[in-house]
Order: sequence, then structure tokens, then C-alpha cells
Amino acid sequence: MDALTQIMVSAISSGTPLLLAVLGGILIERSGIMQLGAEGLMLMGAVTSCLVFIHTGNGLLAVLCVLAVSGVLGMLHGFLCVTLHANQVVCGLAMTIFGAGLSAYLGKPVSGQPLVGAVPKLHLAWLEPVPVIGNIFAHMDLFTWLSFVLVVAMHLFIHRTSWGLHLRAVGDNPATADVMGIPVVAIRYGCIIIGSMLIGIGGADLLLVYTPTWNEGMTSGRGWIAVALIIFARWNPIRALACAYFFGVLDSLGFRVQLIGSHIPSYFLKMIPYIVTILVLMFLGWRNKNKPSGAPEALGVPYIREQRF
Amino acid sequence: MSEQRTAGSLPIENKGSLRGAGLRLPYRLEIDPAGANSPWWVTVVAIVLALIACGIFISLNGMNPFMVYGKMVKGAFGSTFGLTETLVKAIPLLLCGLGVSIAYRISVWNIGAEGQFVAGAMAATAITVYLPHLPVYLTLPAMVVAGIVAGGLWGLLTAIPRNYFGVNELITSLMLNYVALLALNYVVFGPWKDPKGFNFPGSPMFKAAETLPTFGTTRLHVGLIFAIIAVLVYAFVVRYTRWGYELRLIGANSEAAKHAGIRISRHVLVVMVISGGLAGLAGMSEVSGVAHRLMYGISPGYGYTAIIVAWLAKLNPLGLVVASVLFGGLIVGGYSVQTIGLPSSISSMIQGAILFFLIAGGMAGKLRIRSNR
Repeated sequence: MDALTQIMVSAISSGTPLLLAVLGGILIERSGIMQLGAEGLMLMGAVTSCLVFIHTGNGLLAVLCVLAVSGVLGMLHGFLCVTLHANQVVCGLAMTIFGAGLSAYLGKPVSGQPLVGAVPKLHLAWLEPVPVIGNIFAHMDLFTWLSFVLVVAMHLFIHRTSWGLHLRAVGDNPATADVMGIPVVAIRYGCIIIGSMLIGIGGADLLLVYTPTWNEGMTSGRGWIAVALIIFARWNPIRALACAYFFGVLDSLGFRVQLIGSHIPSYFLKMIPYIVTILVLMFLGWRNKNKPSGAPEALGVPYIREQRF
Repeated sequence: MSEQRTAGSLPIENKGSLRGAGLRLPYRLEIDPAGANSPWWVTVVAIVLALIACGIFISLNGMNPFMVYGKMVKGAFGSTFGLTETLVKAIPLLLCGLGVSIAYRISVWNIGAEGQFVAGAMAATAITVYLPHLPVYLTLPAMVVAGIVAGGLWGLLTAIPRNYFGVNELITSLMLNYVALLALNYVVFGPWKDPKGFNFPGSPMFKAAETLPTFGTTRLHVGLIFAIIAVLVYAFVVRYTRWGYELRLIGANSEAAKHAGIRISRHVLVVMVISGGLAGLAGMSEVSGVAHRLMYGISPGYGYTAIIVAWLAKLNPLGLVVASVLFGGLIVGGYSVQTIGLPSSISSMIQGAILFFLIAGGMAGKLRIRSNR
């Protein structure tokens, strides 16, 4: 494998958890609900998959449990934000703090245990002889393929179907959508639940594929980077793919630089993704000063039928 | 409210012909914008419900929740040692919670108290590492100033992108937490590591002149006085000064404040520096008063707990004192259940659950159930 292929492979493997979380976040925020709890949801997804896989050895069951747990947490977020009209920023923070605490509590007994073989790899032998892409795509795991499918599916769903039109209407102007007979509450609940499941699967991917050992706080801010990536991607699934892999490269950069014998301490290399996140957000803010950011117009504003503030 | 419909809004109520207008229930929920602040018992109910919810997880773990909670209360408040430990933990929570509260007063979401705490702790330690020969009477003041300045600068790093580039301060302050923690790990595993420390990831122990005095033989240190003074100043400034009035005005209605000629961006800068400075002071008092060295994992998440403390206290000074003692007790209680084989992260689980139920309870207090008939 040449250097470029290696960079591509590591970008994809460390970018996939981010990508899944960003896609979930985009779905939720397109419906007008802020999702700042991604970090907590990813941690819960990771710890659930770890516990189930260690106790049963069944990867499929682990994934199903992750879907159930993150779906329930999504329902909780929906109940607070949609039904009770609570402050969506605090709800997200609560989700992160609760998820971090609960996952640390539940995961303590299995902390440090290595896991192998939970997610099968698809070995596509016929792809191998193809130059350049053969080495990259012939040995990828199911989650990575799932993320590719989801990017395309979500793009088509949001921009090409009438359901996607309804979704965008709900996110941009829920009052008008309501008058048009679009079920605002149902769509928001649906998006929050499915989006939370995707974020949970992102956490499961991080644990089962990328770093197959549970440690307290193992996501180390990836959930928050995913929140920032939603802004970089301007709420668009295709751009999310590029952004997630860009951060995948940054994420694996520290490891790579050490491998070639650099003397920069690894701590500084690990800071790069966080600092780049801030710098890119600042750049975007400077460039788009008077332009729309692409955010759904009603993002973060609770919708209460018949009430004006 | 439904009677005051404005001309532009359509009467969509009770029009069965409108397709898919949602589930038809005989009642609906409305938010009363002028709804009173939720009464104190809502907070109590929220805490009780959070304890019940966490009790379910504890029993799933095969433990009796009543026994576990009893053990936590006894560990945190049942002895002089437990009580002083609780107060020791309450000091950083009070200082950080105060910082978070000031920022939240003008709707700035500072969740970077953790990073600002670490920055303050590192700066105070830097004084001991690089200026070991300062006169004895200058050492502690220099450490206090260094801690406050470093925390304040770390807060400024969040305020500048927010003010001039429109970057959400939530993300910036959180990213800076990770940067600060990595910098901490670098110095305690690298240049500042104690050569005589048996490979322990920490700086050398502080000399007597570099440690904060304690009360009697307890571990309770002078940081308590810093925290109390800070709370008193906060209470006075917010209530009786022009600056505090402007903060309250921005918090109540930032649009109106802007039209009244208040420069919000300058307030954001000042408030973030103060907020970070308080967290930095907390970090300084923790290394100098408790740990007596900078070490790996110096904070068990004080910065995050401070968010809940501020929320629980509803930014009220007296409430901040009560909430930080309560959460200090929760942290100490979490340590005390380790003897019966439970992880100390039980306290962070309870903290998160309390925040969830507080939000739900706070909103439930403002909701009115109206009949649709």
C-alpha cells in the first residue's frame, strides 16, 4: 500500500464514526431541533455495544440494542424539546452530561477489555485488482458501507422526495408547515429518534471498529466535533462526507506523524482536530458574514402552535 | 393567548378538514410566557425523581439503591472528615459555578469552565516551576494572579471567535477544554514531571510557601474564603451596580438592551474573562490547597458539574452555595461507595439525571393545560 492509499484508508476508518454522527445530526437539525447531545449519545452507543457484545458475543444483537437505547434517548430529547418546549441547548447539554455519567457507570466493569470481530468485513475479491480504489474498498467493514448508503439515501430523501420537502418546511417554518397540514410534531419526533439512532451507531462504530476497547469518555469530543461538522457541511449530507473524512485525516495525523519518527509530542498532535475545528468555524464566520449559513431557519426555536413570542 | 390572534395568523383550531393537523386531543399544552419561575419544590421533586431513575440503574447492577444512597449520604455528610471533604469539593464547584452563572446571565454558554480550571491550575504551577526563588510573601499572590489571568485568557479565547466571527461559544469553549487537558497531560508526563516521583504523572510537591493555608488540621483551605468573597461580590455587583444592571438588562432582553445603547459585544468579552478568571482561581486553589502539585486528572469534571450547579441555583448566589455543597457531597459520596465495589462515576450519572429532571420540571411549571372546547 502506498502512502496515499494508507491516508485514504485511515481517513475513512476514523471518519466513519464522525460521518454517522453528522448524518444523524443533520437529520435532526433539518427538522429544526438543535442536537448538542451527540457526545452523550455516542458514548451511550459505544458502551451499549460493548456491554452487549461482551456478554453475548453477538454483533447484530449489539447493534440492535444500540438502536433501542439511542432511540429511547432520542424520544426523551424529543419529549423535552418538542412536547415540553424546553431550551434545546440545555437539553443537549443534559444529554451529554447524563450520557457521559451513565456510560462511565455502566462501562466500568468492562473498561479496558479488548473486543474483536463484532463487525464483519466485506471482502470483495473482485475489487482488489482495480488500481487505486481496489485496496481502499475491498476490505471495508459493514458500517462503512452503511455510511456510504446513508449519505446517498439521505441526500435523495432530503432534496428529492416530498417527505424531504415536508422535513425542510418543518425546519424552516413550522407554523406555515402546520397550516399546510404537515404533521410538525410527528416529523420532529421521527427525525430526532432516527437521527439519535444514527449518532448511537456512530458511537458503536467508534467502539466496535475503530478503537475496540471501552474507556471512560472514549469519544474524547468527537460528538462535539460532529456538531461543528454539521455547520461546516451546511446541513448537507454530501458535504458531510467530505468534512468527516477531512477530520478523519486530522484525527489519524498524530499517529501517522509519530510513525515516521517525528519528535513532536503526541499531545500537541492530538490537539490539531480541536484547534482546526475552531479555526475553520472562524474562517466560515468571516467568509459568510452577510450570507446565509444554510441553517434551517427555525433551528433551536421551539414551535408552539398558535403562539407568538 | 388564543383569543389574541393577530390578523396574519390563520384560525387552524378545530378545523377537522385540515389534513394531518396532528392528533386531536380534548386539551392542549401552552407555554405561559409570563409564567412564574417554578417554585422551589419543583427542584426537590426533580432531585427525588432523578434519584429514583438512577436507583433503577443501581438495582440493575444488583445493588440495593437505598443502601447505596445511605452510604453516599453517610460518606459525604456523616462525619467531620466527610463534611470537610464535601466543603473542599464545594470550593471549585462554587467558583466555577459562579463563573458559568455570570456568563449565562447574558446568555453566553460557557461550558469551558473545565479548560479554564486546568489553565489556572497550570499557570499557578508554572510559577512554582519557573520562579522557585520568589520571596515567600510574593509566591502565593503571584500564583493567584497567574491562575486568574490564565483562566481569563482561556475564556477570552472563546469570546473573541464569538464576537468577531460569529462562532458558537458552546463549541469553542468545549474544544478548548480538550486542548487544555492535552496540554496538562503534556506537562505532567513531560517537562514538569517530578524526577523523584516514581513515574507518577505529576509535578514535584509544592513547598510550604506555595500551598494555601488550611483551617486547623483539616484539608479545608483558604480557597473557601476566596469562594465566599466571590459570591458576595457577585451578589452585590449584580444587584447594586450599573454594570450589574446592564447585565440583567441584556439577560432580560438583549434586543432592547442593544437599542438602549448597551454594547453587548464588550460585555461578552468582559464577562467571559471574569467567568474564566473565576474558574482559573478555582484551579489555582485546587492545586495549591488540596493536591499540592499539578497532576494527571486534577479535575473530576468540576467544570461540567458547575453547569448543573448554576442551573440548579438559577443563578442565585445563595442557591449557588447550597447547590455546590450538595454536589460536593455527591462527588464525595461517589468516592465512598467505591468501598462496596461501585464505580465513583455513579455521582456523574446522578448529576446528569438531576439536570434532565430539572429541565423537565422547570418547563412543566410554565405549561398550562387548556381545554380545546
